[in-house]
This record gives sequence, structure tokens and C-alpha cells, in this order.
Amino acid sequence: MSKNSNKQGSKAFAAAIKNVVRHRLFIPIAFLAILILLNVFINPGFLRISMGRDSAGNPVLIGNLINILNNATELVILAIGMTLVTAASKGQDISVGANIAIVGGVIMRLLCGNETQPTQLHAPVIVAFLLGCLAGMLCGAFNGILVARFNIQPMIATLILFTAGRSIGSMVMGGLKPKAVSSFGIYGNFIPGFPVPTPIIITLVVIIITFIALKRTNLGLYTRAVGINDKASRLNGLNPALVKFITFVIMGLCVGVAGFIQSSRVQTVNPYTIVPSIEMDVILAVALGGNSLSGGKFNMAGSVIGAYTIQTLTSMLTTLNVNTNAVPVFKAAIIIVLVIIQTPIVKSFFSKRAILSRLTAGSGKERS
Amino acid sequence: MIKMNKTLSAEGVSVRRGRQPLSDSSFLLTITISMFIAIYALAIAFLGDKGFSKIQMFFNLFNENAALIVIACGLTIVMISGSIDISVGGVTALICTACTVCLNNHGFNFYTALILALAIGLAFGIIQGFLVAYMEMQPFIVTLAGMFMGRGLVALIEVNQIQVRNEAFEKLSGSRIIVPFLGDYNKKGVFIPSKLEYGVVVAILIVIVCYLLLKKTRLGRSFYAVGGNAQSALMMGINVRKTRFLAHVLCGLLAGIGGFLYLFHTRSGSVQQATGLEMDAIAASIIGGTLLTGGVGNVIGTLFGVLTSGIVLLVVTAIGSQDPWWPQITRAAMLCFFIVLQSIICSRKKK
Repeated sequence: MSKNSNKQGSKAFAAAIKNVVRHRLFIPIAFLAILILLNVFINPGFLRISMGRDSAGNPVLIGNLINILNNATELVILAIGMTLVTAASKGQDISVGANIAIVGGVIMRLLCGNETQPTQLHAPVIVAFLLGCLAGMLCGAFNGILVARFNIQPMIATLILFTAGRSIGSMVMGGLKPKAVSSFGIYGNFIPGFPVPTPIIITLVVIIITFIALKRTNLGLYTRAVGINDKASRLNGLNPALVKFITFVIMGLCVGVAGFIQSSRVQTVNPYTIVPSIEMDVILAVALGGNSLSGGKFNMAGSVIGAYTIQTLTSMLTTLNVNTNAVPVFKAAIIIVLVIIQTPIVKSFFSKRAILSRLTAGSGKERS
Repeated sequence: MIKMNKTLSAEGVSVRRGRQPLSDSSFLLTITISMFIAIYALAIAFLGDKGFSKIQMFFNLFNENAALIVIACGLTIVMISGSIDISVGGVTALICTACTVCLNNHGFNFYTALILALAIGLAFGIIQGFLVAYMEMQPFIVTLAGMFMGRGLVALIEVNQIQVRNEAFEKLSGSRIIVPFLGDYNKKGVFIPSKLEYGVVVAILIVIVCYLLLKKTRLGRSFYAVGGNAQSALMMGINVRKTRFLAHVLCGLLAGIGGFLYLFHTRSGSVQQATGLEMDAIAASIIGGTLLTGGVGNVIGTLFGVLTSGIVLLVVTAIGSQDPWWPQITRAAMLCFFIVLQSIICSRKKK
């Protein structure tokens, strides 16, 4: 009797394990956990968070975890937009880094005018923020028109701004490298007297807004529908072109917010070096979150966790004294492994329907 | 099937061309060539005093762009087969740095450096081709990873910019071919013959070889068939996976040659080298009439694509705007124009 219940118990346990492993958030969370464990192994004080004081004597939180949460802000915000774009248009936007340069240029131009060392802000910060977001949305709209109206593959369409964006950013700033007054820095650093870095709060707000938008509106549903089957969604009365366009504009809005935070961090913008190769990190975050890079269903929570994972990885590589330029080697290796795991061929080896998928594989149906 | 016949047999194409004077591909090619000639003529007419009327200027266009021509040929082949490769810039930077380090510190000579360059290019081509063709991964993701891998490896080898310090190599790289009968008179009225770099000869040879490969060989025709419609190509008995794989391997090999020519021209290596080269090469292919969707294009168009973007950049610089941002923006605007033009032509064809 006891043997039998034991057997049942172990069966239930096995089933529970299977459920956990099969859960779509398993891979991203497991990867993050492994990275954090590695970090603790390298640096035993990794998880410590202490209260310190900054140069002005205000209380601030100090710790590796706080740094990762803080530095991951842009990545998380961009990953949210990229998830939608990937789901709807079956491709990725590679112009996000260049667009951030444009947004940063617009914000700096508004705040500093033509001076390099202004003593005051030339425009209210809220105006700069809104116009920065507008610039980002215009970039997104440009990409969106090319993708939705002219049916160009997203990566090729965004190649145009990827090529020109940083130069446009420099042009907007008139070739100057102004530094805004330090009061602008509160959005990228700390609000005096409040110990939590402002970007972390902004990230929370953005995540909550995204959560509400996906719960309360049809955005998520429509995006999935268009991504899974463009023609079927049209027959159901959706306008696939409009949905794709909207996802690109949302991506632009995310770029605007991220660009605002980024330019507030050091209160200055160098369009040619700002957020170098962030597009790679963002795509990696989306892939790591368990999203298929060829569109369709998406998993927003996975992308957010993926973004934090990437930031943890970056900070770990920095701790290990890896040269900044060499960091992409490791990320490229991870991207390849992740995408290999996702390919139908590898999946079919682990599934019961292997024979069926092997019959259909190689028909050359994929063409990105 | 009709479409396949049309693309697969070389004779079929020529017969149909007789009836249908301007196909889409040749329409785009005509636009590119006439644009090149028009811009060059305008440059001679209005900017003649800035050196555009000199014949050497024309040859300099080739001298500067020899590596790009070779790399763009590789991209044209990959794009015809319906795939893409954006790792070529990273591969070029890797080849430049690796060869420079080997030439300086490990006693490599010209030939061993060339072999190293070809090996690096082939290695990237084979790995990416395998992942794209046999693992059915998206080419853009695979080669994006390849691009970052290439650049990252450069930083692992050498972080700073380094110059080639190898006398034999420098001597060979500095030597020029004197073009017979062509040249300019300088201010004193002395005749200076035009000079060509050795790399240009290699580049032109490769364009011819690629042209013949695409037009006359079975492999070349199967690139078109696979790019045009993989399903039909499979039904016709073409090994689709192998064809895709070979397209990537060829592109890798040409990236190896192109990377070596780049080193031969610049004689240095650094992490930031050849940034955006892949975009230039893709732009040149698109401007030359290669369709992004695959199945259409040829390398002669690509050659003119490179020359057109080269002359546009020269004109933009010569017009005298000192601002450093205009070349990139002009390049992107031109890319945008041709991409939209292609898309319009494609959608018209569907109707």
C-alpha cells in the first residue's frame, strides 16, 4: 500500500517537474538563475545591497543587483517594443540604437540650444521628453510604412535608418557635443533624497502600462493574429498593415523613452557611440525570453526577464575583465545556441511527432 | 513550372528577352547605369575643376572600391539564392587584423597571409551556410551573430589599430599598374599616365568569373531557381539545401578574397575597420537590380551599383559640405529610393 502511494507520489512529482520544465518561462528563468549563481560564485558579495551616500550626501542604494536593475532599463523598455514588432512582422528592428541617437540629439538640441556649456535648460524637460518621444515615433512610423505599406522585410527596411540614424543624430545636434545642466540628470540617476535610482521606477511604470495595455486592449490579440497568419487575420476583418504599423510606432515610443533616460544618465550625447550594438542585445533578450524570432505568439514576461538576463551577463563579463569590444563574441555564441534550440529540426528530435515534421522539413518554406 | 523554365535555361532567357525587351531586372539595371552616367556627366560639367574631368578619377573609383566590388559579388550570389549575409564587414575586419598580426609577428609572407584570409572567409561561409541551409535558421540572425563574432574576435586578437610592417608585402601593395595610353596632363603640361592597383584586376576578374558562373553553369542557374521558388526547385530535383549551403560558402570565400584586398589597400587592421561594409555591399547589390526576395539579379549590375554609390559619395564630398554626416545620409537615402522602387515593381508584377 505504502509502496503504491509512493509510486503515485513520485509520478505526481515527475508530472510536476515536467510541467515546470515545459512552462514557457522555464528557459529564461533557469538561465537567469544560473547566471546569478555563477556571479555569486565569482563574487560572494554579489547579492549584497547597502545604503550609501552619493557625492551630494543624499542617501542612495548601492549594490550589484541595483546596478543591473538600473542599467537594464533601456534594454527592458526596448525589448517590450521589439517583442511586439517581432510578433507582428516576423522580423526585427535593427535601427533601435541609431534611433536612440536621433532621439538623444533632439533632446540635447532642445535642452541646450546652440551652447556647449549652457547654464540653464533652454526648454522645459517635459517638452524635450515629449518631442523626443515624437522623434522616436516618427522613426518608427518611417520603418512601419516601409514594412507595412511596401512589404519590405523588416530587417532590410530598418537597415536604412541603421545606416543613417547616427549621422542624423549628429546633424540634429549641429555637430556639437553639449552638456546639459546637472538638474536634468535626475531622470537617469537619483532624485535627491530618494534612494532608488529613477530608471528603475520608470521601468516599473513602463512594465505596468504594458501589462495593462495587453490585458485591457486587443493589442496583444491582434498582434498575435497578424503574426500567426496575415491572410487569415485579414479575412477576419483585421487590417494587418495597420497592426504592423502600430507595433512599429510603439517600438518608436519605447525608443523615445529609452533615449530620454540614456541622455539623462550623463547629460550628454555622442551620437556615434551612444548605446553601441544595443540592437543585438535587444534581439537576444527577445530570443532568450522564449519568443520565436519568426513571429506569431509572444511572451512579454519572458522578454523582460531575458533583458535582465542579458544585463547580468554583460556585468558578469565586465567583472571578469573582458574587453568591451570582445563581449559580442560570447553573446553571439549564446544567440546561436538559443536559435539552434528553437529550430524545428532540433525540436523534432525531441518530440513524438518527429516523423511527421521530418517529412515536411526541407520543403524550403522558410524565407525570411 | 513556366517560370522555372524561364530562369533555369540560359537559352530560354535570351529567347524571351527578344520578345520582352525590358524585364524587371534589366529595367533596374538600366536605371542604375544611366544614373551612373548622368551623375558622372553632371560631375564633369559642374565640378570639373575638382578633379572629376581627370581620367585618374575614374580609375580611383576602382582603386578605392576593389574590395567592395568582390564582397558585393558574394552578397549578390547569396541574395539571388534567397538568403542574406551581413557578416562580411566583421569578417573583413577579422581578416585584416589577423593577417596583420601574422605578417608582423609570426613571419607570414604574402601567400600564407592570403591562405589565412581565404581560410577565415571559408570557415565563416561553411558554418553560416550549414546553420542556414541544414539547420533551417534565419539567415539574418545567423549572420548577425557572425558579424558580432567577427568583430569580437578582432578585439580578442588586438584592441588597438595596427599597421602592416612587412617590407615585401608593403612593396607589393604600393606598386601600381600603368594603364597604356590613358592619363592626364598636370599643371605644367606633363603627361602623367593613369595608375591602377593590382586589386582592381583581381576584382574585375572575379566579376567576370561570377558572371559566367551565374549565367552558364548548372550551379549558377540553380541559385536562381532556389531563390525564385524553393518549392518548385525542389520538385525539379535541385538539392535546395546544398545549393543554399554552396551560396553561403561562395559568399564566404569571396568575403575572404575581398577582405584580403581590403588589407592590401589599407595595410592596417582595427576593431572599427570596415564598419558598415555589409550595408554598402547590400546597397550596391540592390542598386544593381538584385531583388531582396531572391531569384533576380546579376553581378554586372552590382559592379555598377558599387560605382554609382562611389561616385555619389565623391560628389557629396566635393560639393564641399564639411559636415561629416552627409555621406552616410546620402547613402541611406539612395538605398531607400532603390528599395522602395523594387517594392513597387514587385507589387506591380503581382497584379
